[in-house]
Amino acid sequence: MDYIRDFFINFAHSWTTWISGGLPGWAVTVVNFLLGGLILVMMPVIATLALTWMERKVIGRIQNRLGPNRVGPWGIFQAIADAVKMLIKEDIIPDRADRPVFNLAPILIFVGAAMLWAVIPFGRRMIGQDLNIGALYVVAIGSITTVAVLMAGWASNNKFALIGAFRVVAQLLSYEIPMVLSIGVVVLVVGSMRMGTIVESQWVPFCLVLPVAFITYVLAAIAETGRAPFDLLEADSEIVAGYFVEYSGLKFGWFYIAEYGNLMAVSAITTTLFLGGWRGPFAGAAPVLGPLYFIIKTVLVIFVLMWIRGTLPRFRIDQMLAFAWKVLVPAALVNLLWVAAALKLPVPQAVQYAVMLVGNLAILGVTLTLLGQSAKQHAKRHGLAGA
Amino acid sequence: MLSQYAFIGVFAIVAFALPIIGLLMAWLLRPKKPNPAKNSTYECGVETIGDTWVQFKAQYYLYALIFVVFDVEAAFVFPWAVAYNKLGVYALVEMVLFVAILLGGLLYAWRKQALDWH
Repeated sequence: MDYIRDFFINFAHSWTTWISGGLPGWAVTVVNFLLGGLILVMMPVIATLALTWMERKVIGRIQNRLGPNRVGPWGIFQAIADAVKMLIKEDIIPDRADRPVFNLAPILIFVGAAMLWAVIPFGRRMIGQDLNIGALYVVAIGSITTVAVLMAGWASNNKFALIGAFRVVAQLLSYEIPMVLSIGVVVLVVGSMRMGTIVESQWVPFCLVLPVAFITYVLAAIAETGRAPFDLLEADSEIVAGYFVEYSGLKFGWFYIAEYGNLMAVSAITTTLFLGGWRGPFAGAAPVLGPLYFIIKTVLVIFVLMWIRGTLPRFRIDQMLAFAWKVLVPAALVNLLWVAAALKLPVPQAVQYAVMLVGNLAILGVTLTLLGQSAKQHAKRHGLAGA
Repeated sequence: MLSQYAFIGVFAIVAFALPIIGLLMAWLLRPKKPNPAKNSTYECGVETIGDTWVQFKAQYYLYALIFVVFDVEAAFVFPWAVAYNKLGVYALVEMVLFVAILLGGLLYAWRKQALDWH
């Protein structure tokens, strides 16, 4: 029973004991590292197989369709059929493309999506490596995507691809700042960048203490993954598919996998930073429940992101960038200062959290009021009805 | 500590290996029938005119400049946030000054209409 209660950790211990019977110490480490790496590197692939099906079903239902229903029961093998198709499809490289960079970009974008999983805690002590700079590592690895996208867009030697790549870089750079600042707020409250510590110290989920940071992070995360309503980097009706228009076969497949891997990774990071990660009822007594709670919360976040995608129309690039710099960045900076001030109050932690919540709600109210006023003025100036 | 980063290194190698192995597999399986029309630049069926690698809109450059300033700031925020509990009230004053200077810069860029799309 005790073995079951913390099954994953005990199983890992048994495994290590078993292989150290026949191998020297350093070889055990290497084998375990390789095994851990293999499991984590498969996460974007698993995410793609599960999430493409889920996304097509959810969007289908939102648009009053059935979604995939031919391949297997409820169409669950659709993703596998797609994967086989990608693998055996002809690979077309345009004559005018810059071949080495063109071939490197899909590999690099996958590396960026996979490396994020090294610091995501699935449960207590169930984490690739609990780096002491975990939160900063997430930010750093996240910016590899930007480089890969620019490489793809530039090397394709295609005008659609280049416009797409420029839009991505402008968008990713602009939304990186509010994202980093909202992660910074969480780090400030916890006093550590370790992902494990961030989860452990959330006796109340931070989305209830720091709603401004939570909303800022989710909005920035949607923009960073390039999903609707911020999907103008691949706006199909304007620039065909954006930066990966010239890619086909499995090279396109790696872009696709990276996209869904990033979607799952940002949802997992949202869960870790703001929703209490693997914490839940009885997770303390039976850590085996931790990963279950973690997956449930992550899938809920993903569902909300799909819902947003199915509901809202696409923004224009100027509206998007203005929203990042004129709304999200000032709000995130003010929030950072307010939280820092609240932490210096000589009162118990619960009172500090209450002060933070009051400040956050005030920032949220002021921001929404100003946005509403500016929308009304804009509508009046341009003679639009309603607003 | 060092072994933690060794894991990241091993992980990076595995992460590079997987897409390369995948592409090699696809290279073995897929058909190869190139022709000039197929390999031309895709522009919805229209012949592409002129070079793609030309001068681009300067607006992107302005955003990149503002980004550099704020990204450096973010790099400072993280160590400050970790050490914040051990520092006195002075840390707060310091950060207020730092953010005020940056907000001044943002306000300047805003007034100069660097944030508007021209």
